[in-house]
Amino acid sequence: MGDTSKSKLEVRIWRGKDEGGFSSYFVPMRDNQTILDVVTEIQREQEPALAYRFACRVGVCGSCAMTVNGKPRWTCRTHVTKVAGEGVLTLEPLRNLPRIKDLVCDMSAFFQKWQKAGGKHVGTATRKDRPALVDITNPARVTANAAIECINCAICYSACDVVAWDKDYLGPAALNRAWTLVNDERHGERDETFDKSFGEGGCSSCHSQGNCTRHCPVEISPSESIAGLKRAAFSGLPNTGSE
Amino acid sequence: MERSLFKAQRISALLLAPWVLIHLGLILYAVRGGLTASEILARTQGSVFWGLFYGSFVLLVTIHAPIGLRNILREWTPLKNNNINPMCFMFGLFIFVMGIRAVTAVVAV
Repeated sequence: MGDTSKSKLEVRIWRGKDEGGFSSYFVPMRDNQTILDVVTEIQREQEPALAYRFACRVGVCGSCAMTVNGKPRWTCRTHVTKVAGEGVLTLEPLRNLPRIKDLVCDMSAFFQKWQKAGGKHVGTATRKDRPALVDITNPARVTANAAIECINCAICYSACDVVAWDKDYLGPAALNRAWTLVNDERHGERDETFDKSFGEGGCSSCHSQGNCTRHCPVEISPSESIAGLKRAAFSGLPNTGSE
Repeated sequence: MERSLFKAQRISALLLAPWVLIHLGLILYAVRGGLTASEILARTQGSVFWGLFYGSFVLLVTIHAPIGLRNILREWTPLKNNNINPMCFMFGLFIFVMGIRAVTAVVAV
């Protein structure tokens, strides 16, 4: 709290669970300051009871996602200068997930849907076999690679309006994961994963609004992955070259 | 089942698109030319072409519309599939009966 001069950044943070309100904090404006830096500074110097998540701080673990000025973002790689145009930041937990406290959500449903979409990799070799020789020029491999760097941050899930109105919808991340496995020659249950991705609440529920792709911090296109699953309903599973 | 319904809806939409355009064109032709009901019936009654055209139109709508309605009800109402599925099946049956009845009225001699 305190000083509201131009050199200070006003940070409005959601406090509480579903019932609660915004509390304002003021922190000095600094060069090269990320949203996560700001939250950490507030928690360490002003509000020790503030709950939030982070781990790696470098855009790898996907745990620090929050709603920043109305949009879901990875806070460790979002600079304050990019989003705090008026010198005010409004931070809330991610949308579409149950709130636990302050900026922390319960991610259980998000990860359960990965399982429901057949997102578990099933190996076809044992530890005694030689590592698989994967042809990186195979079109299915190229397709899988384009979608494989997901960091499980749930930003796409939070941005998706279909998730907001259809609680059964598996969501962009889970379906993106299914698409990578359907294209992975080393996955032993490609048919099963494909079937699950088309189950109730599966890829046919997607409205192709593209919010997932627009907000994905690592620039994956879950929309494209879901479109791939839909196309495969007509064309069959992609040829991975292993058949 | 979801995958089969998805495919059925997309394929029926693909086929319906030109059918709808022909149907709209026909309406414009009939209205602009000032054809009376009896003049229209004189052209359609006994016509195998229009019988097949509108018969297939009804069949495609019978496939397409209930699947779309099912999706809307699933997304926008608290109803569960075990209620929605029979409702949409009955809706499809209703469209089919009414559609075939209309086609018969226009084409039958």
